[in-house]
Amino acid sequence: MTDHTLLPPAFDPADAAAAAARFAATAPADVAYAVVDSPVGTLVAARTERGLARLAYEDYNGGVDAVVDELARKLSPRILLAPARLDDVRRELDEYFEGRRRDFDLALDWTLTPPFGRRVLQATAAIPFGVVSTYGTVAARAGNPRAARATGRALGANPIPIVVPCHRVLDSKGALHGYAGGLHRKEALLRLEGVAL
Amino acid sequence: MSRTLRAGRRIAVNREPFQRFLDAHRDDVWRLLVASVGREAADDCFQETFLAALRAWPDTRPENPRAWILTIAHRKAIDHVRARGRRPVPYGDLPEVPAAPGPAPRDDDVWSRVHALPPKQRAAVLLRFAGDLTHREVANALGTSEDAARRSAHEGLKKLRLELTR
Repeated sequence: MTDHTLLPPAFDPADAAAAAARFAATAPADVAYAVVDSPVGTLVAARTERGLARLAYEDYNGGVDAVVDELARKLSPRILLAPARLDDVRRELDEYFEGRRRDFDLALDWTLTPPFGRRVLQATAAIPFGVVSTYGTVAARAGNPRAARATGRALGANPIPIVVPCHRVLDSKGALHGYAGGLHRKEALLRLEGVAL
Repeated sequence: MSRTLRAGRRIAVNREPFQRFLDAHRDDVWRLLVASVGREAADDCFQETFLAALRAWPDTRPENPRAWILTIAHRKAIDHVRARGRRPVPYGDLPEVPAAPGPAPRDDDVWSRVHALPPKQRAAVLLRFAGDLTHREVANALGTSEDAARRSAHEGLKKLRLELTR
């Protein structure tokens, strides 16, 4: 202490971090997110009160901060890191990767996808575990058999990969074609499901 | 509330993720609250502070986010002390810090006496030195002039120093 100043009081930063974590876990946020480890890499999972809205491959989306920025822009800036609110997502993903789950029972929030893309992704969600389909078939199921290219775009923009299994859609020659998390991941997911490539 | 939110005037659509705001300011808010209400009560005030900020988010885009959240924290601390209906607990439950050798009083000894100051001086000392706000920011938080805020902080500091050397 000098004549004109006083050092701030000592405090334990771990206490501040714990208080902040308690706040994030319980506050009424519009969006809760968690960082989830998986055999196909680190995922950022985000949910609203409606359900799972986003499952992002962290490395293919510019990192966790970039994903959170995007969610703040497109869903709501009232977003908090609240892993416990994603417990059901983590559990179902674990079961899927351990081979104990073939279908996901999670409620989904389609807000991030416009109407045609939504029909495409809903048709995609109906493709069973271990089965592959084509862009043309999915386009037809979405109500527009000629829209194979738009279907490809909608699948490429799938905000909820793995759970909405766009990895099960191949091109008409049976080639992997493309995937929002890289072809190596599409291949890994198909192998996990027992699809011969 | 209008005074609390003065620094938070709406200037544009705010798309900053609240989690990032929380991460950026949690230490500053915690430190001010520990000095204001003690570590035991700091958590309740911390939760209320960020809850108020979350409720104002995203309609409020604070021009000076740090001063905004510390002003809210200061008012939550006052509410807490009022609700309890007695003077704040002495600043005595903080993490142990090694005592400095020699007779010079440590700043933590000073903080343990800050609650005995008259309200204006106490508020100014807390916001200036525990919150590390500028005198101008303290003045905004307290609704006084910058000169008055500066005077309160210095008078409070002088009083603390006199008591310690008595």
